[in-house]
Amino acid sequence: MLNRLTDALDFQAQALALRSERQRLIASNIANADTPGYVARDMNFAQALRDASGANGASGGNASMARPAVSQAGSQPGHIPLGAPAGGAYSNLLYASPSQTNLDRNTVDMDRERASFADNTVKYEATLRFISGNVRTTLSAITGQ
Amino acid sequence: MSLLNIFNVSGSAASAQSQRLNVVASNLANADTVAGPDGKAYKARQVTFQTQLMGAGGNPASSAGVAVSAITEDQSVGRRVHDPKHPSADADGYVTYSNVNAVEEMVNMISASRSYQNNIEVMNTAKSLMLKTLQMGQS
Repeated sequence: MLNRLTDALDFQAQALALRSERQRLIASNIANADTPGYVARDMNFAQALRDASGANGASGGNASMARPAVSQAGSQPGHIPLGAPAGGAYSNLLYASPSQTNLDRNTVDMDRERASFADNTVKYEATLRFISGNVRTTLSAITGQ
Repeated sequence: MSLLNIFNVSGSAASAQSQRLNVVASNLANADTVAGPDGKAYKARQVTFQTQLMGAGGNPASSAGVAVSAITEDQSVGRRVHDPKHPSADADGYVTYSNVNAVEEMVNMISASRSYQNNIEVMNTAKSLMLKTLQMGQS
């Protein structure tokens, strides 16, 4: 019963964790704007969120967004099953292709990174508001006002 | 928490950029120094950056800070000016100045200060996002 209340929040929590992960990626790119040989990284957010929430279509915060079932099999009865890693999308980071070739083989495009950073900031705040709105809706349903 | 790590990443970058700015400052300060009694003038210095992986939670490749790997001296020959009356002139009447190129240093300075500002802005944004996260569910 309780999971009906929390499943919708769970999806937003996954999105929030991935947003902060992407924020960190872009911060690393901006930090390494002058490092020779550094290759900018980014993530495919839609794919990462789909992987993290374990659903085929990210259509909304319904019950199908629940975490995937644990697939690791234990060979001994005492084995503790491994849970899905929080935000299991770390493995599919992409490399940014350089928009302009650089003599020191650095592929950070500062315009693109700043735009992505601003975009990610806005979407992080949007996710925060979704969570707040969700909590407020649930609270007003509980108090019955 | 990923957002906390941004301060480490951007902080390391800001520290590296300020070291670069420091080197530019000493180069510019020594732009007009002449060779001492040992005949060696000041050599322009240059920092080299290097990626420093900070694996705190998640994929270590996703948070890459910056460190200064080396400070190298420019080995090119310094500027030589014919001035026989100068106290530091050699037997042929030439004075050796440092090999600092003031134009290059000014460009380097602007680039370093822009990168520094970028990192500070990233930290400010991360800070305001964290404060908003702390207020989640209130108001």
